[in-house]
Amino acid sequence: MTVTIDESSTRTLTVPPEAWNTPPPRKRGKKPLISFGHWWWALPAVVLVIAVHYVATLTGGFFAFTDWTGLGDWSFIGLDNFERIFQDPLMLGAVGNTLFLAFASVILTNVVGLLFALAINRMLKSRYILRTLLFMPVVLSPLAVAYVWKFIFQFDGPLNGFLGLIGLEGMQKVWLADPTWSIWAILITVVWQQTGFTMVIYLAGLASVPIEVEEAAALDGAGVWQRFRYVIVPAIRPSIAIATTLGIIQSLRIFDQILALTGGGPAGATETLATQVYKQAFSLGQFGFGSALALVLTVIILAFAILQQYLTRDRDAGKA
Amino acid sequence: MFRYTKATAVREVLVWIVTIIGLLPFYLLVVTALKPDEEVLTTSAVAPPSTIDFGAFVEVLTTTGRNSIPMSILNSVIITAGAIFGLVLLGSVAAYVIARRTRAWTNLTYYLVLIAIILPAQLGTVPLYIGARSVGLTGNALGMILLWIGILLPLSVFLYASFFRGLTTEYEEAAVIDGASPTQAFFRVVLPLMSPATGTVAILAGLIVWNDFFNSLIFLGGSETQTLPVAMYTYVGGLVSAWNKIFAVVIISMVPILLFYMFAQKRFIQGFAGGLKG
Repeated sequence: MTVTIDESSTRTLTVPPEAWNTPPPRKRGKKPLISFGHWWWALPAVVLVIAVHYVATLTGGFFAFTDWTGLGDWSFIGLDNFERIFQDPLMLGAVGNTLFLAFASVILTNVVGLLFALAINRMLKSRYILRTLLFMPVVLSPLAVAYVWKFIFQFDGPLNGFLGLIGLEGMQKVWLADPTWSIWAILITVVWQQTGFTMVIYLAGLASVPIEVEEAAALDGAGVWQRFRYVIVPAIRPSIAIATTLGIIQSLRIFDQILALTGGGPAGATETLATQVYKQAFSLGQFGFGSALALVLTVIILAFAILQQYLTRDRDAGKA
Repeated sequence: MFRYTKATAVREVLVWIVTIIGLLPFYLLVVTALKPDEEVLTTSAVAPPSTIDFGAFVEVLTTTGRNSIPMSILNSVIITAGAIFGLVLLGSVAAYVIARRTRAWTNLTYYLVLIAIILPAQLGTVPLYIGARSVGLTGNALGMILLWIGILLPLSVFLYASFFRGLTTEYEEAAVIDGASPTQAFFRVVLPLMSPATGTVAILAGLIVWNDFFNSLIFLGGSETQTLPVAMYTYVGGLVSAWNKIFAVVIISMVPILLFYMFAQKRFIQGFAGGLKG
């Protein structure tokens, strides 16, 4: 009969049970007392980020200079794709629409969002419920929201019905099939959904303005406009920078709403770079040309992102 | 000196009027979805239905087949849940190592992640699609989950890393001194503490994945696995002016998000404002 002595039973004599698992003392100078996790924990994330973001983007940049169609041979064609983009009125229109939607939606969402934020910031008893309601569209699917607005803009829909009701029959239009007005319909849909987001950013910024400072300015005889211009605006500069940067970057990529509302029509009047990337690359199989369009979009987005970073950094430096 | 005066009350009423007008689209959405077929085109859009009719919902939810709305809801749930799980698991452990260890390579990795947040995704879409297609990862939920984990990992790592930098190391040190291994210290001690960051990651990633149309359209297009937005797009394309059914689908796609939003609206708003600043 062999007697096995359980290691733990011997340790009980000297070591309290809670400390049974205490590791043996480390050799000096070998490792820090604690190692935080294991280095390879970062490996899957690093590999995925490099593959999905860096390798894919660089490959896409390379495709932009080829005539690849996704199948078979391809050749390096230099700047031909870009020449084609800047000579095609449809593509130039798409670039123009992309910039129009980005700028117009940023201006409108920021102005309306700031007005709402100022209106509900102080004193209102129902400010939290208002904030919840006004932010609600932000969390919804842009595609689903676009279908609601498609209904509103129908020829026999509520908007034309309302115009008829107040005696403006002359303004009734087939909004989504009108070459001039269809892009405005898309703009309204986007602004309606995104305004709650800028409002929340501005509410966060306004919360940093001490009420005493505003009261002091008011006591010194500053009117509403002066208080806004000289007390509130300087305090919410960071919020303005964040709201406009994020707004520009997001709205340069508007896609869902266009596909749902107009599909890019009528006659390309609402095409953007994002819709054209999809159509050229994935509907028509022109991977090279589609990548060139994506490169143009990427350069525009990066240019605005960097410009905005530069402007905000400059402002902070000036303040300090 | 700022007190609730008559002027404030007037402002409050005015804001409510503007808000109610602004939210009228929701009213149109609900009343139209509850109308029977024959009332949709014959009655005014703002008129409530004569009788509440759930026929449109019943029809939408009882369609069968692989690309039906119920199947696409299931696909969207699987893809969203899988992506959140992967982003929480891979993002938290990677961010933990990056934030806690101070070596040259962890700093480099952190910058790699930060730049990836700013880098626009458009240019990578075509190569990703071709790569995924060549290894059989298009048209199925697994490929979509992996794609989303890759796309959103920088955001997840950034949010977790910011959180860990603000968390004291004392808990883990105490755990290790008490005999925990580094793995145990993370999963038993740090994991339960990081739920605020996990909440933000789950809300942001969940919203982005659930609401996404562009990536699902490209990577699942034409396959038998469709997410809800793509199925909605296809389904609506086949319905001309059957607005009660279109809106039934729209409402079905909004309800899960709105339920979460109602229960956790503060977390949603803070997560959005805080997370997207990054």
